[in-house]
Amino acid sequence: MVITLINGVLLTLMAVVTIGIVRVRNLFAVVILGSIYSFLMASIFMVMDAVDVAMTEASVGAGISTVLMLAALYLTKTEEAPPVHSVALPLFVALVTGAALIYGTLDLPPFGTADTVMHTHLGAKFLADSIPDTTVPNVVTSILADYRGFDTLGETTVIFTAGIGVLMIFKGRSKRRPETESNKSDAA
Amino acid sequence: MIAGMEGLLTHYTYIVTIFLMVSGLFVVIARGNMVKKLVGLGCFQTSVYLLYIGPAKILGGTAPILAPEYSVYSNPLPHVLILTAIVVGVATLALGLALTVRINEAYGTIEEDEIFARDMVEHANSEESAS
Repeated sequence: MVITLINGVLLTLMAVVTIGIVRVRNLFAVVILGSIYSFLMASIFMVMDAVDVAMTEASVGAGISTVLMLAALYLTKTEEAPPVHSVALPLFVALVTGAALIYGTLDLPPFGTADTVMHTHLGAKFLADSIPDTTVPNVVTSILADYRGFDTLGETTVIFTAGIGVLMIFKGRSKRRPETESNKSDAA
Repeated sequence: MIAGMEGLLTHYTYIVTIFLMVSGLFVVIARGNMVKKLVGLGCFQTSVYLLYIGPAKILGGTAPILAPEYSVYSNPLPHVLILTAIVVGVATLALGLALTVRINEAYGTIEEDEIFARDMVEHANSEESAS
């Protein structure tokens, strides 16, 4: 009961922060609200027993993401232009999507029930096999590094690809810099 | 009516998850600023994390670290999937921000409408010079 209450308060706070993200136009404020959003999300993960996910979300979601966003703001602009288009169509799309998704969640089991398919089949198997198979008491670690090791290898590949992508985007910049400057001096 | 209220309480996690998801979608479609769009995309992504972690929780259970004092644990498999998703999410965010910075250098703006307007002008100019 206490957990449901804490959970409810945190979720309500998240909804409030999200309304702030949608409405505020100063991008610096939006990025900081995004950081608060990530910290609240990490707290919710903590309440929901996902301690490893909470740690990762707090360090990556609230830490690195915010630093990257602030760096990008430093290199660009910190004020969003007032909207020129009507928001009627996006609002309609969002509301229809939301209604369809809410309809979809009606069939999901109530929060916190133990006798659902996901808990009785694969989850129970991992919990029972982790110690005999891998001798690791933290089941999340044993699944991440052992049972689903190839998945983690794929994740590393994605990060590697993204890193190469960022490097190539900025490499093109350093080459084009003198070109644009010479164009400017030609125009002058 | 009582059943409706109870349903609201037991499904509150899902309802807030959907709200976060829809807000993220709305920001991505309706706002023209690229940094704002990326923050909205982050909202959308994070709500998917919540959609996975929510059903994994068992009331009265504990974190899936095996110890003789406990017998009920929350489901560890969604946690693993979402750990992967978080790291992939920050990789896509870094790529998106790099593109935003690059666009700002080329166009001097990160507003979608101004970029389209400049493209239209340049297109018209090139057609004029061709004819």
